[in-house]
Amino acid sequence: MSAAPATPTAAVAPTTTRSKSWTVKVRERGVEALPPDRLLPDGQPTYVASWIYVFGVASIASLIVIIGSGSILALKGPAWWHETGVGHFFNSIHMWSVELFFFAMVVHLWGKYWMAAWRGGRGRVWITGAVTFLVAVPCALTGYVSQQNFDAQWISTQAKDAMNSVGVGAFFNLTNFGQMYSYHILLLPIAVVALVSIHVLLVRRNGVVPPFELDRKLSRS
Amino acid sequence: MQSDRRRLVLSSVGTSVMGAVFNLNHPAHTVDWHFIHLSVANVVVIGLMLVVFALALVLPFPGAAGRDAARRGGGAS
Repeated sequence: MSAAPATPTAAVAPTTTRSKSWTVKVRERGVEALPPDRLLPDGQPTYVASWIYVFGVASIASLIVIIGSGSILALKGPAWWHETGVGHFFNSIHMWSVELFFFAMVVHLWGKYWMAAWRGGRGRVWITGAVTFLVAVPCALTGYVSQQNFDAQWISTQAKDAMNSVGVGAFFNLTNFGQMYSYHILLLPIAVVALVSIHVLLVRRNGVVPPFELDRKLSRS
Repeated sequence: MQSDRRRLVLSSVGTSVMGAVFNLNHPAHTVDWHFIHLSVANVVVIGLMLVVFALALVLPFPGAAGRDAARRGGGAS
């Protein structure tokens, strides 16, 4: 019985071959754009210790509750959320978390607008945040018209006129429950969660925007 | 059967109590100014957002003073 070679030469891949692999390229670009210590930092700058900086994370917390309660509502269905006590409870949790989400998101947007959060190459951070707000509006609207009650009928027929007046009624029919429900529980939530994820990653990459006076001090020094 | 009746009674009591506090049996109150047409409920929410925004700017954040002092004293930022 002969002894096996200590290290097969094929097992040691040459570096030139590795660099051509798309997985390696993606990994290297990912680590370069967002090193682990920046992706999951130990702390934040002292200027973040202000109430105006909490509304972004408050929006994310609300979004988590929205997705959780919405998933339960989707699993159980309209009869459950209209006719049982627990169903009413989860229906209310879902609705009020949406209210909180928009409340926190609007205050967050105001705060970032007045501190010009697009400074220092943060344009994409601002744009993804603003677009998230714009996508969240139809996400909520399709939820109101998916309730399966008189409120949903009233809102859908009123909003349908608005959609027709801007020329999108042929593609986006608010009285079509199947279409609205698909938008509400699949397409638009995926878009919102994707945009929020990109937004948070961009914040991690660029850092939280500093106050104006600190920016001025840094540019002087 | 008994529990259904009990639930119905409790539900009607709850509805009466809530109805006494929030009477919704009327058309919505609105605020109208030129082309602006808002329900009072939405105006209240917008007002609350403005109040919360203003408070967030002026209220001290817990622990912020300690961090500032540590930074001025040469501590970690």
